[in-house]
Amino acid sequence: MSEALVDLIVIGAGPAGISAALEASARGLAVVLLDEQASPGGQIYRNVAQSDARSREVLGADYVAGLELVEALLASDVRYQPNAAVWQVTEERRVHFLQDGNAHVLRGRQLLIATGAMERPMPIPGWTLPGVMTAGAGQILLKNAAMVPQGPVVLAGCGPLLYLLAVQYLRAGIRIEALVDTSGRHEAFRHLGRLREALAGWRDLLKGLSLLATLKRAGVKHYYAAENLRIEGGRRAETLYFDSQGQSHKVWASLILLHQGVVPNTQVTQSLRVRHDWNDPQLCWVAYRDSWGETSLAGIFVAGDGGAIGGANVARTQGRLAALRIAQQLQKIDEIQLHKLALPWRRLLHQQGAARPLIDALYRPQKRNRIPDDETIVCRCEEVSAGAIRSYVDLGCQGPNQTKAFGRCGMGPCQGRQCGLSVTEIIAQQRQVPQASVGYYRIRPPLKPITLAQLASEREFDLSVISTLERSLT
Amino acid sequence: MPTDALFRSLQLAPNHVRITFDGMPLSVPAGVSLAAALLAHDVGHTRESPVNGRPGAPYCMMGVCFECLVEVDGQANAQACLIQVEDGMSVRRQRGARDLLIGGADDE
Amino acid sequence: MHKADVVVVGGGLVGMSIAYGLALLGRQVTVLDEGDDAFRAARGNFGLLWVQGKGYKNSPYASWTRQSVALWPEFNALLQSDTGIDLHLRQPGGFQLCMSEQELAEETRRLVWLQEAFDGDYPYELLDPAQLKSRIPGIGPGVVGACYTPMDGHVNPLKLLRALYAACTLRGVAIVNGVTVDGIDQHASGFGIRAAADRFEAEHLVLAAGLGNRPLGAMLGMDVPVRPNRGQILVTERLQPFLHYPTTYVRQTDEGTVQLGDSLESVGFDDRTSSEAMSEIAARAVQCFPQLGQVRMVRAWGALRVLSADGYPIYEAAHDSPGAFVVTCHSGVTLAAAHALRLAPWIAGEADAPGLRAFNLARFKGQSEVRYAH
Repeated sequence: MSEALVDLIVIGAGPAGISAALEASARGLAVVLLDEQASPGGQIYRNVAQSDARSREVLGADYVAGLELVEALLASDVRYQPNAAVWQVTEERRVHFLQDGNAHVLRGRQLLIATGAMERPMPIPGWTLPGVMTAGAGQILLKNAAMVPQGPVVLAGCGPLLYLLAVQYLRAGIRIEALVDTSGRHEAFRHLGRLREALAGWRDLLKGLSLLATLKRAGVKHYYAAENLRIEGGRRAETLYFDSQGQSHKVWASLILLHQGVVPNTQVTQSLRVRHDWNDPQLCWVAYRDSWGETSLAGIFVAGDGGAIGGANVARTQGRLAALRIAQQLQKIDEIQLHKLALPWRRLLHQQGAARPLIDALYRPQKRNRIPDDETIVCRCEEVSAGAIRSYVDLGCQGPNQTKAFGRCGMGPCQGRQCGLSVTEIIAQQRQVPQASVGYYRIRPPLKPITLAQLASEREFDLSVISTLERSLT
Repeated sequence: MPTDALFRSLQLAPNHVRITFDGMPLSVPAGVSLAAALLAHDVGHTRESPVNGRPGAPYCMMGVCFECLVEVDGQANAQACLIQVEDGMSVRRQRGARDLLIGGADDE
Repeated sequence: MHKADVVVVGGGLVGMSIAYGLALLGRQVTVLDEGDDAFRAARGNFGLLWVQGKGYKNSPYASWTRQSVALWPEFNALLQSDTGIDLHLRQPGGFQLCMSEQELAEETRRLVWLQEAFDGDYPYELLDPAQLKSRIPGIGPGVVGACYTPMDGHVNPLKLLRALYAACTLRGVAIVNGVTVDGIDQHASGFGIRAAADRFEAEHLVLAAGLGNRPLGAMLGMDVPVRPNRGQILVTERLQPFLHYPTTYVRQTDEGTVQLGDSLESVGFDDRTSSEAMSEIAARAVQCFPQLGQVRMVRAWGALRVLSADGYPIYEAAHDSPGAFVVTCHSGVTLAAAHALRLAPWIAGEADAPGLRAFNLARFKGQSEVRYAH
């Protein structure tokens, strides 16, 4: 059987992936875009093509900005494949995915990984109780299901996305019981040094300030510098305890949405064993990339939040730049054209990324909420506590792969997505060494579960089957 | 009598479909994920951990946490947030490890 | 500078079993182990305590294996008593499932030879599909027959490793992690082991570093012919217990997950997985148990077996370096009990072990080819 080969495979139909696919297609490349969801947009533009007027009103302008991008995708020659769950990617750029219960494999001359971001784990006591979810989950329910909290909701954590969700809920008429903010009110003064460089991204700064102003005007109870968060309940969340500015608080809540920033979803890149570095300002692993987005493996690129957190606009620009480089590497444009075309995007990228260091510093998650006390569960799949991990370090484990062998943390269905960062940091703290020298889980396929029957019946992907008609969505 | 469902629909009169959850008939919003549909009702927890029975319910809604595992039409350990709810679906809590149902024997 | 009676290089199942055995004899032991991303055969194994078919045309190996399996309950009791960790040791016998008449014939031939070599003291049964179905419900029509011996069993290998670490720590073994040995000096009173800026002194030295034994042996002028052989394993989601016996390709763990194996690949120092092998393993698993077709794989991994040139263990008391020992094998789980309770006393000079002479390095003189022996 001949190998199914295409110029470019893009994994992830968020802002980075779509932008890259469109740019590459415009340069004459044959592109297959694989995405796990049923419709394009990634996380930020989730379901934008199907959203109604009321939802768009609630979600705001930044969300609606994605509509143009998604419509451009659907009108293009990009072979967009929804409901495609990638379960393995190889160095040779073979992508194995599951779609409608069938296992396929497809090879690309070049590969772009645009898997975006996911919520940073927030392992506080009681975080596994039913009724505790993430702010991202709240947004997904809003975008995909037009659903909002029924009763009073508590938002806890830090970061601009938390404020955004609060404002979106206000627009929908939802009562916010409390905004328990783990960042300090006067953080800005500590980070004045970053302010000057951040001013190039003044639009982003203004956005953040206006969100806070909206919350204040609406009279939302906003507790700053919250510490010692603890959720309690029988078989579901019932109360949130915390301290704020010298006072102890107890808030009744059956729905608590947690958020302390987003981190790159590095399952694919880690499974490829490309070089990753520990990024301390962002407290996460970041795949090394050159200025075009190429990783330490030739022909494999990363764009968007899946590399390092930069937001949707940065993602779109990075997607373009990667696509241009890929087009040049596949000889659709020459080097001179490449640099000429890239120049305006590079300028834009600088501006779009200017505010990021300040945002990172302002909303740096507290240590206690990343590296919890012994009793708190860190690995939800296998029910492994922080204390258990510490005990394995005391037994001699140097890193997460050894603690995995000793205690099964990271062996469950989520394959370390929810616990990986926590485990790296707990071990680093216990050993008193930097996170960079502790390392991360060795990530193995399958990146998504696949049945044995599906695995045994894998076929080369039939490129001839795709036509422009097949991408129709109502 | 007020329901204790954690979420409700933003729309005034959304379309509905009928499913069952652990045998209980439920009317849920159409065109949403199964996890969202269950959150529109007060089902409490949707799974029990195979390690220690800990009750779990949807957490991330985007397919990375695997908390929302339920049994759908006999297929165990399905991620409810990645499945579209459909009329007539028979959903059960994922209580611990799945059963392989070897040989159709009731007791072993 | 650290001083001990014995330095064991290698903190895997082999090294730690020996360290434990030495600690039980009252020796001061230091174990040197590498970092978190070392190859570690100990992390990649099936957990079988397997006797069936081993040592075909090599009676010493068959005997050694049987000895170890018979010692396992005692070994398990010691570890449990020291650490409280339940290793889930089960020795109900095991099945070699055969997918073709040819395979069945080959396995039968081996068992016949072994039974004769033990003068009839080698219990086994051959089962046809009907007999097999009554013992293992759910077996698929693709299985043409099976061989069973009551001597086989399985254990939780990762809990074994953890228990060895805990028990050794309890008994005063010094475990030094994150260390890579780069030089060995020999002098009158023993050995000086160098690792970057650290130095460890000991009267006796045990090289139990798996594939690392090759460069380490060379430091003492020995040619230790070990090469990597990759095995891949698939692991499923947790299932309610359905398989109560270990089989060579399918084993349900105490956690409920099912391990599916395996492959035999010469790919050098590459512990990645490959689609071809994974598909083959999946297909074979579904042939054995058709219901597994609907079950999800949640993890797959590859690990490097430590294979000597003839596939049998190496137990060498170094001729030119008295006090130094070289130990390798690819059945670190099965042999763990013998390593702790028979090999360690031999290393400590407290017992003779004539049965081990068959496993010295001298047998390799003139050989260079690696052949896999089960």
